[in-house]
Amino acid sequence: MMKTDFRREPVYIAVLAVLLVLAFFLPGWLRFLLQTALGGGLVALGVVLQMRAGLVNFGQGLYYCIGGYTVGMLAAKAGITEAAILLPAAVIAALVIGAVLALLLSRYREIFYAMLSLAVSMILYGLLVKAAWLGSTDGFNVPPVSYFGWLPDRGVRPDIAYGVTAVLTVLACFLVARYLRSGAGMLCEAVAENEIRLEYLGASPRRIVSITIVIAAGLSGLGGGILAISTGHVDPSMTNWTTSGGFVFVALLAGRGSTIAPILGFFLLELVRTYALDFAPNAWQMILGAVMLAVILLLPDGLWSLVQRRRKT
Amino acid sequence: MKTCVFALTLGTALASSGAVMAQDSFKIGVPVFLSGAAAGPFGEPEKQAAELLFDALNAGEVPGPYNTVGINGRTIEARFTDEASDAAVEYRNLVERDGVDAVIGYTSSGNCKTVAPLAEELETFTVFVDCGTPQIFEEVVTDPKFLFRTGPTATSDAVGAARYLVDSGADLSRVAGINQNYAWGQDNWRDFTASLKALDTGSEIVSEQFPQLGAGQYGAEVSALLTSSPTVVFNSFWGGDLEAFVLQSAPRGLFARSTVLMTCGEALFPTITKDVPEGAIVSARGPFSVFAPENELSTWFSAAYEERFGTMATYPAWKMAQAILGAKAAFEKAGEGATGADAAAAFAGMEFEAPSGTVKMANANGHQAIQGIGFGTYALVDGEPTVENVKFYEAECTSPPADMTAAAWIEAGFEGAICD
Repeated sequence: MMKTDFRREPVYIAVLAVLLVLAFFLPGWLRFLLQTALGGGLVALGVVLQMRAGLVNFGQGLYYCIGGYTVGMLAAKAGITEAAILLPAAVIAALVIGAVLALLLSRYREIFYAMLSLAVSMILYGLLVKAAWLGSTDGFNVPPVSYFGWLPDRGVRPDIAYGVTAVLTVLACFLVARYLRSGAGMLCEAVAENEIRLEYLGASPRRIVSITIVIAAGLSGLGGGILAISTGHVDPSMTNWTTSGGFVFVALLAGRGSTIAPILGFFLLELVRTYALDFAPNAWQMILGAVMLAVILLLPDGLWSLVQRRRKT
Repeated sequence: MKTCVFALTLGTALASSGAVMAQDSFKIGVPVFLSGAAAGPFGEPEKQAAELLFDALNAGEVPGPYNTVGINGRTIEARFTDEASDAAVEYRNLVERDGVDAVIGYTSSGNCKTVAPLAEELETFTVFVDCGTPQIFEEVVTDPKFLFRTGPTATSDAVGAARYLVDSGADLSRVAGINQNYAWGQDNWRDFTASLKALDTGSEIVSEQFPQLGAGQYGAEVSALLTSSPTVVFNSFWGGDLEAFVLQSAPRGLFARSTVLMTCGEALFPTITKDVPEGAIVSARGPFSVFAPENELSTWFSAAYEERFGTMATYPAWKMAQAILGAKAAFEKAGEGATGADAAAAFAGMEFEAPSGTVKMANANGHQAIQGIGFGTYALVDGEPTVENVKFYEAECTSPPADMTAAAWIEAGFEGAICD
């Protein structure tokens, strides 16, 4: 079993921050890929948090979609295009839904938790597909957003969006790392190990699980909001089970050794995907599948175990 | 490790942007479905038509006015990509990484909505081939410069269907609909029922079925249709869903008891020729395939396609050919050395020849084509699928005028429509 140690976490996050700043010098398409990966990576981070408590969420796309649609509906339907309102609104909406669902979900463990979370996300999918006024499966477009009242020109818009995304991602990683070092964060692993003993010690596993669910929901809501602003379009596939399954996979691929692992893992996966698509447009899923299989067989603790193994030797 | 990976990506990124420099070929990005449910009925014929057209254009074998080599003398180089991936990311990759001169493709309306603002932002000559949602130029991009759609919108299917039913004297007293529960099916049914109202048929809607996209099993829905005893059934299914629906409902007598109209019915011809009951009303969503006019281009295209791929060209293939020829016409009208911006300026409002006849880029400031649509009843003649009782409606009869949205136009009783 991999032991996780978050004392070195600020160093990793600093490295991430440097990488994200350097990315300003990347070509546009690659930086855009990174930007969408940062949004998705936050959702994967939410999945990792729950995995630490022994819970696999196959419906994390629910909060991703809620974040995206909150931004989309406020911007496109209500005419509020201020990012400083939209992104907090996305997080708050996801937090509220997460808190309500936590009342129910925190009672369940293992496959029941996975299936129940999947079911809830598919209910939202079903509702959105039926909603013709929200564009049904086609979704709808999100207009360009302003930042504290300033609407950037078309030329610099992608730069600003990327900068905001990078700052928020680093900030989110930092906050999660702080949480994981706190008592409540460390108890997560105890929930996975032995719940009964935890209760003897006077802690409430239900409360710990609830807090985890709510934090993961907030992160995913932020990720969805970032994606809505980045691509300018939201549609119900954000809460489809295939999307949620992708996040679970990234969580496994990256490993749970660090808060930045899911972010980097998501980016690497996207990179493999786009090159596979370029290399073999008819068989790209096969390449992706082979890579996934190889990672699971060769690195059962995820990619991050490479970093940790090197530090030990 | 991280820095390693990072350096690697940076390296490949720079290497690929270097490769863009060589500019003797004309690169076209072609995003079509290469995986998923839409790959068989749409992606495959579109990809094959593109390959056929690119090869024939490079060899100068396409009949006039397209008998010149490539585009402006430059050899066409295709870059196929799978539409079943992230549309925004892959569009950027085509433009910024691969440096394509034009993008021709897209079948899904959702993807078209994502890509439409991007095409304007990245200022790249882009032609949508098949997606039908009228919102593209009505809401998403209202002042297009670089974005075009050479296929008609979905509105003309529903309007044409209603008109054909009225004109062919079908009993429209009890109407039912079965459409997939997503944007395409919902829009089709809404336009169709609104058209019936506008044509004042006095129809009673006896059943509305909305099964899931890709459901595959329609036992319950067919039962509901049969018990509501409709005189006419409207259906906008496509691909595997349509095949399954025909195979499951025909033996239960739905086609015998009611007049069934299938807007995408033509695409069924090659796969389940013998199972489609004769007399069912079908269309090809425009003047394509069996509804195409007789001319040199259409004869050449259907013969060349059948010879190379061994099946008949269904309407997605025709629409792809049309989009490619439109792009060629635009770039050549703009002259040698034309940039995407020059070609876009030349393409707006243009009329060009295609296997489906003359295509007019009439709506949305000349960025949206309007075309007529034909309907007919399915028949097998000597084992070959064909259509009888064909009625053809001109573009001005089934498409809204340039200054009106589709919904408003239907509601206003097809104001300004010119029909024979």
